Amino acid sequence: MANIPQRIIHEYLRHDKKFPHVWCAGCSNGIVLGAIIRAIASLNLDRDDIVMVSGIGCSSRMPVYVDFNTLHSLHGRSIAYATGVKMHKPNLKVIVVTGDGDCTAIGGNHLIHAARRNIDLKVILINNNIYGMTGGQCSPTTPHDAIATTAPYGNIEPDFNVCNLAMGAGASFVARTTAFHVLEMQSIIKDALEHPGFSITEVISACPVIYGRLNKKGGAPQMMKDFRDNSIPLAAVDKLPPEKVEGKIVRGILRREIRPEYSSEYTSLVKRVQASGGE
Amino acid sequence: MPKKEINSKAAPKPKKDQTTLAVKPESKLEEIQSSRERKNVLMQGNEAVAYGALDAGVNFFAGYPITPSTEVAEILANELPKRGGVFIQMEDEIASICAITGASLAGAKALTATSGPGFSLMQEGIGFAKITETPCVVVNVQRMGPSTGMPTSPAQGDIMQAKWGSHGDSPAIVLYPASVKESYELTIRAVNLSEKYRTCVILLLDEVIGHMREAVRLPDMANVRVINRIKPTVPPNWYKHYDENQKYLSPLASYGEGYRFHVTGLTHDSHGFPTNKSGEAGDMMERLRKKISYNMRDLVQIESYQMEDAKIAIFTAGITARAAKAAIAMARHEGIKVGLLRPLTIWPFPDDAVRKMLRNVETVIVPELNQGQLIHEIQRLTKDKSESNLIPLQRVNGQLITPNDILRKIKEVS
Repeated sequence: MANIPQRIIHEYLRHDKKFPHVWCAGCSNGIVLGAIIRAIASLNLDRDDIVMVSGIGCSSRMPVYVDFNTLHSLHGRSIAYATGVKMHKPNLKVIVVTGDGDCTAIGGNHLIHAARRNIDLKVILINNNIYGMTGGQCSPTTPHDAIATTAPYGNIEPDFNVCNLAMGAGASFVARTTAFHVLEMQSIIKDALEHPGFSITEVISACPVIYGRLNKKGGAPQMMKDFRDNSIPLAAVDKLPPEKVEGKIVRGILRREIRPEYSSEYTSLVKRVQASGGE
Repeated sequence: MPKKEINSKAAPKPKKDQTTLAVKPESKLEEIQSSRERKNVLMQGNEAVAYGALDAGVNFFAGYPITPSTEVAEILANELPKRGGVFIQMEDEIASICAITGASLAGAKALTATSGPGFSLMQEGIGFAKITETPCVVVNVQRMGPSTGMPTSPAQGDIMQAKWGSHGDSPAIVLYPASVKESYELTIRAVNLSEKYRTCVILLLDEVIGHMREAVRLPDMANVRVINRIKPTVPPNWYKHYDENQKYLSPLASYGEGYRFHVTGLTHDSHGFPTNKSGEAGDMMERLRKKISYNMRDLVQIESYQMEDAKIAIFTAGITARAAKAAIAMARHEGIKVGLLRPLTIWPFPDDAVRKMLRNVETVIVPELNQGQLIHEIQRLTKDKSESNLIPLQRVNGQLITPNDILRKIKEVS
């Protein structure tokens, strides 16, 4: 090991126990994990105070690899488990790592209600447009006309715009980025971690082995190039003619508002009730 | 919060109380608590569950409204904030079981209350709490099913679901009170057992017990035995989340204490990390089984009522056991020797006590508000006896089995 440079991520991984990881070559999940770790390191957060909660799916395998308090929960239920953790110990920084199927299909109800409550959970939704772990079924974010094993003749369903969904439900911090824009992702996650309220960061990611092959996306490097070429920063949207924005991935912090946060509101309620003697 | 009436006839207020009350009691509940053992209080089974939960140290409740269990949530919504505990109404019952499990992993004593449809929704989460050995309590105030059924009518149809509801083998601890007082006591016991055995403990109430009002004397807090989970004493890098050296009762760290453990619903090794090795998978399953089956003496609680000379035994639980007691009084008046064996712990099933009963009596009557659940457990233990000695008495129409129904059956077989 003497000549191998140590990176920040190595300090945070459970390298002695749980590697090699389960992700395929070319998968974006590791890129997102790296960005999360670097964002945490840049904030000097105490890792004893970080809880990483996930559901079921490829992205949800992330917690086992990192040396935080980690909870790999049930399919779709990560936000509900995280709500319990956060409400009992509001001082903990609770990060939820989830995927498009986990968070917007089976877990959609928990997503909208956590957003509505504005509970301080940091949701990082890795959107690869497909159920990867089960082998390529259609998800709520599989684009119209795309191929999946359960949409072999093309998907006839419209897809969710995850950020609009979260904003509609009242999320106070909503951002989107892609796995190609690593530094931007790291910076957005850092902002999300510091936001006092519910945050959701959608990371458009590549599943070259399943989604890519089914839809002839040309492999991991090509999918990354597509993210570069088919996305525009939010700041540029107003300056471009509408036809150049149509169909592009808009990147950046789409909403950042300060609103009363649920666990703090509850703490205030307790103080108020206790001061009034329960009247 | 429903009003509490103080039965002053049964327990005249001692003068001493005047001084305690003068210090501006914060609520009816605290008023009761200022001298509980001397006061008869009229309360519902659901209220007794809520007070039992508070006395056992429950400081986290997540739930969803459902008849006939809603009073538990309403009382705790009122009481928990006063004690610095958390009450949260979740978006559904699935979220409720998940939230209490998450809170428990962060160190809370957590409980939820529901009824049939919600209990069905919680099953996957109950399995998760069991495989991850996370303490929590689910109160199921049973109503008639299947499906929406009769929300305000009693049934005892969830006895098997309480054990087998979640997929896979998952040994269960399920308690079953027969009175308001016992609802209070068994709620405390459920919380204690969940902490001690690190599992999801289920408390089954009958709808009529949840909503029935009885006079209860709560014990003074000094006489309430509260068990808390064992905390690890080793440094974090020595900590095993499932320590197989600890006789199946292993210490439990909480999130935020420096232990940074991993929890997964996947089959895991003793550190909590997922495994596909058959040896480790087998060990995990054996651990879940043995922590129940090696502690039967601690877990099983039964009431044996007038069984000493009984030729006929009635085996039943909950509200039906109360009808049975009335029937026994009437039958004995007519000289029929009949007794009652009643499980307070319904799972693990009290095999030994039932075997002993089967040796000593000629006939067993099993009244139950379902189409046959408890009776199959008795049948399992009666291989050497003729089936004609095992008499079912079943009803599922929203009505209770009455003492007269049972008396008629006793007379038929005696």
